[in-house]
Amino acid sequence: MDLTLSPAELTFRDEIRAWLRDHHPGTGPSGVEPQFEFRRAWQGTLHDAGYAGISWPREYGGRGATLMEQTIFNEEMVRARAPSPANVLGLLMGGPVVITQGTEEQKRRFLEPILSAEEIWCQGFSEPNSGSDLASVQTRAERVNGAWKITGQKVWTSFAHHAKWCMLLARTGNGERYHDLTYFICDMRQPGVSVRPLRQITGESEFNEVFFDGASVPDENRIGPVGEGWMVALTTLLFERPGLGAVSALGIKMELEELAELIRDRDLDRDPTIRRRFGKLVVDAETMRLNGYRGLSRLEGSGVPGPEGSVVKIQWASVNQALTELAVDVLGDDAFLGESVWTYRLLRARANSIEGGTSEIQRNILAERVLQLPRLR
Amino acid sequence: MRFDLNDEQRAIKQAVHDLCESHYDLATAHRTADGEHTDKLWPALTASGWAALAVPAEFGGQGLGLLELSLVVEELGYALSPATFFNNAAAGVLIATSGGAEQQRRWLPGIASGEARAAVGIATRDGAPLVLDGEGAALLVMLSPEAVRLVDAADSDQKPVSSLDLTRQMTRVTSARANVLPNDAQPALDRVEVLLAAELLGVAQHAMELAVAYARQRQQFGRPIGAYQAVSHRCADMLLMVESARSAVLSAGWTADHEPERLPFAASVAKAVAADAAWQVATSALQIHGGIGFTWEHPIHLFVRRAAVSSRLLGSVDHHLDRAAHLAGLGAAERQPELVSA
Repeated sequence: MDLTLSPAELTFRDEIRAWLRDHHPGTGPSGVEPQFEFRRAWQGTLHDAGYAGISWPREYGGRGATLMEQTIFNEEMVRARAPSPANVLGLLMGGPVVITQGTEEQKRRFLEPILSAEEIWCQGFSEPNSGSDLASVQTRAERVNGAWKITGQKVWTSFAHHAKWCMLLARTGNGERYHDLTYFICDMRQPGVSVRPLRQITGESEFNEVFFDGASVPDENRIGPVGEGWMVALTTLLFERPGLGAVSALGIKMELEELAELIRDRDLDRDPTIRRRFGKLVVDAETMRLNGYRGLSRLEGSGVPGPEGSVVKIQWASVNQALTELAVDVLGDDAFLGESVWTYRLLRARANSIEGGTSEIQRNILAERVLQLPRLR
Repeated sequence: MRFDLNDEQRAIKQAVHDLCESHYDLATAHRTADGEHTDKLWPALTASGWAALAVPAEFGGQGLGLLELSLVVEELGYALSPATFFNNAAAGVLIATSGGAEQQRRWLPGIASGEARAAVGIATRDGAPLVLDGEGAALLVMLSPEAVRLVDAADSDQKPVSSLDLTRQMTRVTSARANVLPNDAQPALDRVEVLLAAELLGVAQHAMELAVAYARQRQQFGRPIGAYQAVSHRCADMLLMVESARSAVLSAGWTADHEPERLPFAASVAKAVAADAAWQVATSALQIHGGIGFTWEHPIHLFVRRAAVSSRLLGSVDHHLDRAAHLAGLGAAERQPELVSA
């Protein structure tokens, strides 16, 4: 066991730290659209420096680095409070699925514009009737003249209004629910696709409904065999989280530093209840960070991400929610005005136990796949 | 970075697991609870040299780290074994970390061989200190918030008292003379907190395994109860707590050996998380067993009893949460909680 960074990892961290010091773009303009374009340009800067796809293979514009180095990079971004790149889903899911399951032509076509953020990606998995039960999706893809005609509706689609490409899970048969789904990359800029923003409890619109009414996907934009889309989707979902645990824990630690300052400002740092609640958050954030690193070591050892990522996902949601609740308690009646960053976070954190798989679904995964308990379904 | 045991560390853990399985199964623990106090494990452990594991080589030990020792202690916690080995190991760590040269020369060789073993006693609010499984020890190491004292067993008197944790015998100690450890005791106490956390991790791991096995096999309404989310989500939460405790204990053991300046935080995290996990998992496992879990015959109450006591030794969960808050930027609390329980 060795919990220190290796000399090579330390050198890499120092390189990133120095680069971010020189190239940090600031916080950017306010407003959703200007902020998005600002982040797109920032991702372009990252890409020019070779930092957009740290763990992607070199032949596709990446750096060919380890997952540990990818994690170090993400941590330095969080530590420097640098804006996140615009093409989050392309980098986290679209790219990895094309790299691991795409054809050579698909790799040459799709990967470079993901890294440069010229082409933004969104994910068309969830539907109004398919939330946690993802394999029940009803959007249909029918073969018409060598292409696929798409009909149906997707929901909770982040970045749909910016996206050029959608990772689309659609039904291509009428048989067994896990074996008649197919994975497509669908062009969002065509007449058969319409996007309607959904307004969230925070008042913002991060995600959308997407309607497919006869949209067309050429067969060369299919990933994996017809009927094997479930396995392709599952693999992508597993690749979404490795290393993210440690990085989100660092984000939480930085918010805890802000919160400690707020507690001291309000003269509550001698209050035993506040201290105990704060201490619990500190301890939980630390074990979440350690669980994240341990999962990463396991992944580097075995090459396959395991369902243990669910532990960190559950922890992240509950710690983040409890943290915002404590901050708002500390604010007292100042929180009634709704202008504080903490009241925004209080509401936004409610999504944490839903987005990316609900905490209940994560518990099912742990119970069934790790503890081998019987399935109810 | 490699957050994973190496082959040697895995082998240590497996060897102690196997030794416990052949010398101290749950039926044996139950006989101990019913009054049959013969620690069959201690002679087997010393015969295989385990008592010497973390004692410095110059005093006859193997000189391995707190991480390796915590792997042994975790397996002993898993077996609900008596405190004999834990006591002796903890005393070795206390003397090696904060003892004077003469004290180390005098006591560490006997601790390493097991021939003159030591037991640890805890100061209590009123009355004489309490010792777990201290009879037969040559040395008693008394912990209090002010100091760590060494008492030659020949200069002391132990009186048996009843114990909440039925798997360990408890005595009250009165002693005429004591010999204080000269150096700052906190680094030594933090190391013992890590060992306690490791023991509690083993308790939690075993209680979880019993609960999951029962949830797979027990049928109600025509299916195994583990198929119902009210039960399976309880089990998933156990796994979350056990895995978090494991990460925290491994990290704290490694930190003690390699970055001791960060040990206070790591030790409090490990102790808080493992103590909480042991109590929550043991009581949740009792709940999953239903009525049978409330019977004397079923071993689950031994886990509940062990967790209830060990989780409060060297600072309760609340004490360590407060200390974590202190170290993370809130400053010291106005009143230092007491050593045994806040």
